[in-house]
Amino acid sequence: MDASAKVVFLVDKDGQEIASQGEVGNLDTTSLASLAAGNVAATGGMAQLIGEKEFPTLSHEGEKESIHISVVGRLLLVVVFDERSSLGLVKLRAKQVSQQLAAMFDEIAAGDYDDLDSPFAGITDEDIDSLFS
Amino acid sequence: MTFINYASREINCKIVYYGPGLCGKTTNLQYIFDSTAPQARGKLISLATETDRTLFFDFMPLELGTVRGFKTRFHLYTVPGQVFYDASRKLILKGVDGVVFVADSQEERMDANIESLYNLEENLQSQGYDLMKIPYVLQLNKRDLGNIIPVEDLAAELQRKGEPVVEAVASTGQGVFDTLKAVAKQVLTELRKG
Repeated sequence: MDASAKVVFLVDKDGQEIASQGEVGNLDTTSLASLAAGNVAATGGMAQLIGEKEFPTLSHEGEKESIHISVVGRLLLVVVFDERSSLGLVKLRAKQVSQQLAAMFDEIAAGDYDDLDSPFAGITDEDIDSLFS
Repeated sequence: MTFINYASREINCKIVYYGPGLCGKTTNLQYIFDSTAPQARGKLISLATETDRTLFFDFMPLELGTVRGFKTRFHLYTVPGQVFYDASRKLILKGVDGVVFVADSQEERMDANIESLYNLEENLQSQGYDLMKIPYVLQLNKRDLGNIIPVEDLAAELQRKGEPVVEAVASTGQGVFDTLKAVAKQVLTELRKG
């Protein structure tokens, strides 16, 4: 699904980056993920103060670069785009793909991951200490 | 909530520095930022007012190294300490793995410490956490000032569950990494429990 976007991220609501695609280049994706989550959290807080559950989409338009954020369950779909695209197109595509993503996330959430052990189950005190040496 | 990315073999943990206004939370992060190799950390993002008071949060990613083939990264956050920013403080605690309470050792800030600690307990609860169970360190900051309360008295008043107590002077870096180490170790030990 093409929105002529520059970069697209999936970020969780706690600010952890999950995936990115596009012209990432030198973009500080970790900070962007954290700020996007902070942004959604802050506007979500405002929504609740005025009796809304949340604001499902946020848009920020700059002179050249813009950002569109959609809330998809526990995750955020963050789209960075420039004058090669438009807010209308990005909104339309983000809405379409959000529905597909939501269905995928439901499927993933319903999966059985009992065999997926934490990599830290066998960690020793020495392993932990080695991080600080 | 610790985030384990099996695809990229990364593990990300969130640590929040909490405490009353002007206790030195941002100074802790600034010192860590200044004394860490650029390849081990990202940018220090400060959402601050024009007078350099934290408005929403400070954020800094820090990479500690590899454990069992997984890159271990800590996301360090501070909250705004001023009382009226409570709504923001609550939001920042979402998904937290470990908390550092930065207490101001000065006599006249004791009430502010106590109020902030109660506020931490309340806000953790509202996010579904229990201070008694979460990885937690008490830092006694500003030990270089003249009008400070003895460590034993501060600990008696502020220590909640036998958590590590670290004396610090965040502006010079004293105790800053000891504090981070103490909380990070607890977070990783929690992960081992699964």
